[in-house]
Amino acid sequence: MAEVSSILLYVSFILYLIATLFFGASIRQKKGIQKQNPVSRTSVAGKIGIIITSIGFVLQVGYFVTRWIAGGYPPISNMFEFITFFSIMLVGAFMILYYLYRIPALGVFALPIVVILIGYASMFSRDITPLSPTLQSNWLIVHVMTTAAGQAILAISFVAGLIYLVKNVQQMSRAKAFWVEAIMFVLIIFVGFIAASTTFSIANYEMDLMYVNKEGEETQVTYHLPVIFGPHEYTVISEGGMEPLIELPAWVNAKQLNTLTWSFLTGAVIYLVIRLLARRRIADLLQPVLQKMNNDILDEVSYRSVLIGFPVFTLGALIFGMIYAHFAWGRFWAWDPKEVWALITWFFYSAFLHLRLSRGWHGEKSAWLAVIGFAIIMFNLIFVNLVIAGLHSYAV
Amino acid sequence: MERVKCECGHVNPPGTILCEACGKILVESEKNKKILDMRYEGTARRSQTYNRTIIDKIWSFFSSVKVGVVLIVLALIASAIGTILPQEMNTTMTVTPEQFYADQYGWFGRIYYALGFHNLYQSTWYMLLIASIGVSLVICSIDRAVPLYKALKRQRVTRHNSFLKRQRFFNEGPADNIQAHLQTVKERMERHRYRVLEENGNIFAEKGRFSRWGPYVNHIGLIIVLIGAMLRSAPGMYVNEMLWIKEGETKAIPGTNQQYYLKNHEFIVEVYDESDGEVYQEALKNRGNIAKNYQTNVTLYKAEGEVLPGEKPRLEEVKSGEIRVNHPFRFDHYGLYQASYKLHEMSAMTFQLVKKETDEVIGTITIDLYNPEKKYDLGNGYAVEILYYFPDVEFKDGIPQTKSPNPNNPAFAFQIISPEHPEGERSIVAIQQTLEPLGENDYKLAFQSVDTVNYSGLMVRKDRTLGLIAIGGAIFLFGVILGSFWQHRRIWIKQDGETVLVSAHTNKNWYSFMKEIEIILEDTALPIPVDRGSGLEKAVNENKGVGANG
Repeated sequence: MAEVSSILLYVSFILYLIATLFFGASIRQKKGIQKQNPVSRTSVAGKIGIIITSIGFVLQVGYFVTRWIAGGYPPISNMFEFITFFSIMLVGAFMILYYLYRIPALGVFALPIVVILIGYASMFSRDITPLSPTLQSNWLIVHVMTTAAGQAILAISFVAGLIYLVKNVQQMSRAKAFWVEAIMFVLIIFVGFIAASTTFSIANYEMDLMYVNKEGEETQVTYHLPVIFGPHEYTVISEGGMEPLIELPAWVNAKQLNTLTWSFLTGAVIYLVIRLLARRRIADLLQPVLQKMNNDILDEVSYRSVLIGFPVFTLGALIFGMIYAHFAWGRFWAWDPKEVWALITWFFYSAFLHLRLSRGWHGEKSAWLAVIGFAIIMFNLIFVNLVIAGLHSYAV
Repeated sequence: MERVKCECGHVNPPGTILCEACGKILVESEKNKKILDMRYEGTARRSQTYNRTIIDKIWSFFSSVKVGVVLIVLALIASAIGTILPQEMNTTMTVTPEQFYADQYGWFGRIYYALGFHNLYQSTWYMLLIASIGVSLVICSIDRAVPLYKALKRQRVTRHNSFLKRQRFFNEGPADNIQAHLQTVKERMERHRYRVLEENGNIFAEKGRFSRWGPYVNHIGLIIVLIGAMLRSAPGMYVNEMLWIKEGETKAIPGTNQQYYLKNHEFIVEVYDESDGEVYQEALKNRGNIAKNYQTNVTLYKAEGEVLPGEKPRLEEVKSGEIRVNHPFRFDHYGLYQASYKLHEMSAMTFQLVKKETDEVIGTITIDLYNPEKKYDLGNGYAVEILYYFPDVEFKDGIPQTKSPNPNNPAFAFQIISPEHPEGERSIVAIQQTLEPLGENDYKLAFQSVDTVNYSGLMVRKDRTLGLIAIGGAIFLFGVILGSFWQHRRIWIKQDGETVLVSAHTNKNWYSFMKEIEIILEDTALPIPVDRGSGLEKAVNENKGVGANG
């Protein structure tokens, strides 16, 4: 069952890649059609794209169900399982918004993000881990699943916002255009992380080190990437492989910084190769494809996603989260970092809605806010989980 | 200021911009606008009308959404700062907080502590910030909701031309042969769930007005949640205590005024092993032990009658049960939660009194580490007196002192009394260490054994505010859904002599609204409205700093 589950996920991963190409083709094809018939605007390529996406979605749900049967609990309890589930929800959210607005460009951006997420998730441990007592709760299941759904819908707002920004990049000031390109660069860093991790994991690279941790205890750590940043007072155990270049003080997590550096370096190389081949910024490369898009529709999709996603997120992350915490710890709110960041996300989207409703922040401003909102969600998912430890640190 | 009578006959409250009934522009400056600001229907808001007394000024200040957003953003930034380092309440410290932050995080920790960020969420300024958001919620809502409600209730089917022509969606055309199509249009509107009203051949279609109340409903919910959170500091509403209880022990439950007692029969830890299935083997190999269950089996007692201080009460058994993580034990609004445990804690130590010369064992004493006796009499002139007891000893400059009241590392200063030494010999005994400060002794206390016990750490909670917070949360969510899943859409069709005016307004999702209008007016003689919003948005923004939307 566990093998079936992995295969289903793998196939859906490939299908999303293929669907992206069809949505891309659909935008090009649309140019002619759009003028004749403004109401029904779906092209053949777009139809094929959404059908392939739907098959991928069904297979991914199949992954979820089979892993559930194999493990005996819904697979949402560690980083791999949660991010994968989040990617399923993202596809689902994309399909809802596609159904409402029929914009193929949404697929061109949303599906690669899904692909990156699945790839990123696979870099974490994929073991089916038995549940510790705190995780044995039905409220937790409801809490995590609803939160993922809410975040996924909010992520579509980011996708639409990003399309808006890329589409209008040539009308922007140099500084703003730089930041649009920075978003593209960050996405490529994730690709860099996946590329570096996969390469060295195929090469079976492992490096064991002993070091002295913050509490002054001798501890062992295993690196799966060549060590640039060695931990505090390290000694190398494994033979062969690269000696650490720089030693770090105890309060820095050297292994994570090392991974981050590798992701950054690999991402930068990939980015440079693209820049050298295309001789243009990535945003400029994508811009012509999006030229025909209507700003108002993009703006509305972005806003609509927040309108749908915000209540779902509130219900899942805050209300269900509080109910779960009440049963697990006897207090519904503990000011744990992950909790606080959920509150910050909520504050942020409240501010977003108020700025939009009352201050008239539409179009570009709104698009930037959608990007920042998604950055906060990702920060909470990745940084808070991995770096700031708290009650939720079991999710690593 | 005075009430304003419109030419349609409706009398508007002072400060009204657009007539509540017909929409005619009542304020000169509005007439220059190509598109009206429809957010609050041009109603008279207190904050915009009165600005004389100090109350007016406070009201105006808090009624501003700009101020509200600034407060939200401040709360956001403050909350984020609180996550940089762990909060004091979420950390177990063996030293003072000041020391802890300095030791762990260096100069940054020192500054963090000095600024009070280690207790950020309980600080007065953070509470004031949240309270200001609360005030802003109340004032913003009242300032807008009341006039908006009145205006929407009083709106008429026939609107003034100046109102219709300044809508974002507008078009006009010849009124010649529309009569034949009006019926079709009305039917289509009804099919799209519009409420259609007619007056002198003019049509007004409206749906989803309730969604306008969404924001105000969710604000009420938030206020209730804030009130609930405030009530926790009221006496009797909230209890949060920790109960460490040994296996076999019966103890009063803190926070219950000595009313309830708990007996810990057994504390259980289970871990996963091979029997739990093949699928977990890989994870167990990689991760080592993973806990499966933490459980305390308990019996609850209630103290009967008047409890006198220092006296053991009569206990009546109430119920027995188990406390597991995620499955608290409940009684009388209280909940007991499995929060922590300590295994193999020292509880008693046994020593033999030995005559050094002959290795003769004179007697054995067992010291309860939680409740040591002053003197242990062994008969025949032998006795052991405890002069000092250090449950958690630490030698500072050779002088023993205790770090904590918990017997983690016990040490004793004994006075060994024997027939040879009726005054006693002084001996200091710690784990693997014996000191005889006043010279060589004839007798010694030889360590024999230690008894250990398992502790269960239970959290005692009572929170009478939960109901209120739950209601607030539910109302909030209901309001948010109301306001975001639906939209308020209105279409006006007015015949004015030879021309027909078609205008439409929605509070959001204009693109979808246009698609709906296109379907309703398709293949009729009525002109399809033109979206003039996006082109004019910039101009409107410059005029007043707000968009035509919303």
